Amino acid sequence: MNFFYNFGRYLMMLRLMLCKPENGRMYWEETVRQMSSIGLGSVGIVAFVAVFMGGVSAVQTVYQLVAPYISLTVVGSIVTNSSILELGPSITSLVLAGKIGSNIASELGYMRSSEQIDALEIMGVNPVAYLVGPKMVACLTMIPLLVITSFSMSILGGMVICQLTGLITYDQFIEGARSSFLPYDVFFAMCKAVTFAFFISSVSAYHGFHVQGGALEVGRASTKAVVYCCVLILLGDYILAQLLL
Amino acid sequence: MIRLQGISKKFGDKAVLEDIHATFLPGKVNMVIGASGSGKSVLMKTMVGLVKPDAGQLFYQNLELGEMDVDQRNELRQKIGMLFQSAALFDSLTVLDNLLFPLRMFRPAPKAEMQERVAYCLERVGLAGTENLFPSELSGGMKKRVGIARAIVLEPQFLFCDEPNSGLDPKTSIRIDHLIQDITNEFQITTIVNTHDMNSVLECGDHIVFLYKGRKTWEGDRRLILNSDNEPLNELVYASRFLQQFREKAS
Repeated sequence: MNFFYNFGRYLMMLRLMLCKPENGRMYWEETVRQMSSIGLGSVGIVAFVAVFMGGVSAVQTVYQLVAPYISLTVVGSIVTNSSILELGPSITSLVLAGKIGSNIASELGYMRSSEQIDALEIMGVNPVAYLVGPKMVACLTMIPLLVITSFSMSILGGMVICQLTGLITYDQFIEGARSSFLPYDVFFAMCKAVTFAFFISSVSAYHGFHVQGGALEVGRASTKAVVYCCVLILLGDYILAQLLL
Repeated sequence: MIRLQGISKKFGDKAVLEDIHATFLPGKVNMVIGASGSGKSVLMKTMVGLVKPDAGQLFYQNLELGEMDVDQRNELRQKIGMLFQSAALFDSLTVLDNLLFPLRMFRPAPKAEMQERVAYCLERVGLAGTENLFPSELSGGMKKRVGIARAIVLEPQFLFCDEPNSGLDPKTSIRIDHLIQDITNEFQITTIVNTHDMNSVLECGDHIVFLYKGRKTWEGDRRLILNSDNEPLNELVYASRFLQQFREKAS
């Protein structure tokens, strides 16, 4: 019963977001501000995680290649494919669920508990459209770009680690990477990125927007938002893999 | 003018408001008083449209709130200014941007013109020169005054103030009361103040509605309130020992 109540309220929130903006320019400015905060604000952590992800997967792949008849160029192939198909979109989205999701939920939760959302509503501003809409647009545009950054940095990280540690050379890595690269994999990664971006932005916004109470509830909403986002990302990851691969 | 006709509201099985009838006239400071939990805040939220009543009608001028379409409601909301208990200023914006926000959203005009309006409103509440401060840099009283400035920036016809004196020292409280009173008289707006601060009530309560357990049990003004025979009201008015002694001596 509780699930249907929350799901219905979630759908109603999404419907309210589609209302006509009171002032398009103000909405656009808010969207750009959110894009900057969500996109530029997350590049550092995404790149950092991705470089190490690529490096570790390269080292572990070499470690498992014990058969002498398998060419070492396969390391480049495995690192590239796993970065594009899984590590880039999924791990990055899980990291972003923690960073962006908790940020959205706590920001909206605080605004709700300090009556700022009520103030907007009384002014005649549609608070869902003004507060949630720009965040969702920003996530839907910036998270795919962050995913591209992530798998690029992951491949780069793998390649640099391989060269620096003497496991394989740049040329061997690139040869392996190019031999198995499929443009469809990038399309699949983008499908995942957009789906996960929708989950992160809408689920976090829902939990933050409907906070009732004070600081304790804001913290709980933030935790709940991250947990639900992670569960949905993992479920979505499996469903998309079944459907599209 | 705002008219309430038989407003009732329940949360679960608990009746929070029961059959409230009242008329709030323009140019007067209308006060809704009552002990904590008497339904004042729910009544105010119902009046501004944040809470939907279970029964009854609410008229702004002659238009019933429940029968208004979306455009009419949006138009009405731009005529409403509200001062929240916590002031509800946008933390990420400076004082200037807090006041510019409603102007830019609903009445975009050349920047200089909007800034002139903001400067006038800040001057009106005695806070000229605070434009570049953030809410976190303001005292409680200053926040309330910025809240009033933001509430009047769009020249509202209806001003709602929820516990405007909570958390303020008596001197600042009186200053806020006088400000609300002056603005009400100057712009002839319909002002409704939720309070349980007896200083405010006796200072500027032109029209007072007393709520007790969700029901309106008394209505009058600041001259009548001291001589009421309504027992729950007297318990609220004469809550302090000093006033009880004053009452005994007077009688």
